[in-house]
Amino acid sequence: MSDSTAIAHGNAADSHHEHPPYQRHHFESVSQQFDATNFAMWLFLLTEVMFFGGLFTAYLILRNWYYEAFVQGSHQLSIFWGTSNTAVLITSSFTMAMAVWCAETKRKGALQLCLWLTFFLGLVFLGIKSIEYHEKWVKHHVPGFHYSVESFTHPSSDPEVFNEYHDHPMAPDMAAKTELYFFLYFAMTGLHALHMIIGIGILGFMLVRARAGAYTTGHVTFVENFGLYWHFVDIIWIFLYPLLYLISRHT
Amino acid sequence: MSESTEEHHIVSPKVYVTIAAILLIMTAATCGMSYVDLGVFNAVVALAIAVFKASLVVLFFMHVKYSSKLTKLTVVSGIFIFLGLISMTLADYISRAWGRW
Repeated sequence: MSDSTAIAHGNAADSHHEHPPYQRHHFESVSQQFDATNFAMWLFLLTEVMFFGGLFTAYLILRNWYYEAFVQGSHQLSIFWGTSNTAVLITSSFTMAMAVWCAETKRKGALQLCLWLTFFLGLVFLGIKSIEYHEKWVKHHVPGFHYSVESFTHPSSDPEVFNEYHDHPMAPDMAAKTELYFFLYFAMTGLHALHMIIGIGILGFMLVRARAGAYTTGHVTFVENFGLYWHFVDIIWIFLYPLLYLISRHT
Repeated sequence: MSESTEEHHIVSPKVYVTIAAILLIMTAATCGMSYVDLGVFNAVVALAIAVFKASLVVLFFMHVKYSSKLTKLTVVSGIFIFLGLISMTLADYISRAWGRW
């Protein structure tokens, strides 16, 4: 093993060209390395599009099949919290984009600030999400856990929502389909939240590395590619927000 | 990849601030529009705004506007395949006797 390493080194020494320490040997130049990793990151994001795409397609079909149930199910969501969370996430995408700029222009202090803000806004998003989840739990709207159709078969039993939408009582077979709406609600927002949690974890790791100055040497690939991931998660929410919260208000 | 930019393009904070402001305004707009009764067009308007917002994020925050042709082609082909899969799935569901359309 040690022999082969020595040989590899010996060969490289002849044709070795000057390059920064963060450039891997098998790349011609830093820009080729950047393009290759960038391309790989985009391919990963495309698999993520397909991953979420299945859920979006299911939502599209089932909403058309069980229209009434999906409309009244979405009346249970708070537009205030949904809109706030959209603003929080867009702002966190902005701070992340600024973090990439700070890394590119080698501003170590500002980079740490931007990463901290992104980290913090990510936590705010999850905090608001947990307020919403808690409300669903209290109202027995979590599918599979003592799910109750009371709010839909007897809308007046749920005055807060009833006073805003004045929904008609649904037949029990259609009301049962609201569980399907909430299943998709939890599957889609839950998968999105899982991506947020993973992202926040990676941000924590990056904060430690940024403090050590790892991203302000001219090597921006990691920050740039994490930015792509974070913006992708933002885009998923940009579609979840109107589909789950907004489009059923008037029907 | 050989024709990629030798010097890495840096997007300026001015661009980021502008895009973030437009995104927040569009969020307020889509929220506001949901309070106006447009019939079936509520969904159309909401989705059109979402597509617009997503395009801004992809082009500017994710730097696709300034990226290599390879990246641009990757993104476009991904969207194309995704839309193709959705259309084919819907065509299947709509044309079946057991459908509920």
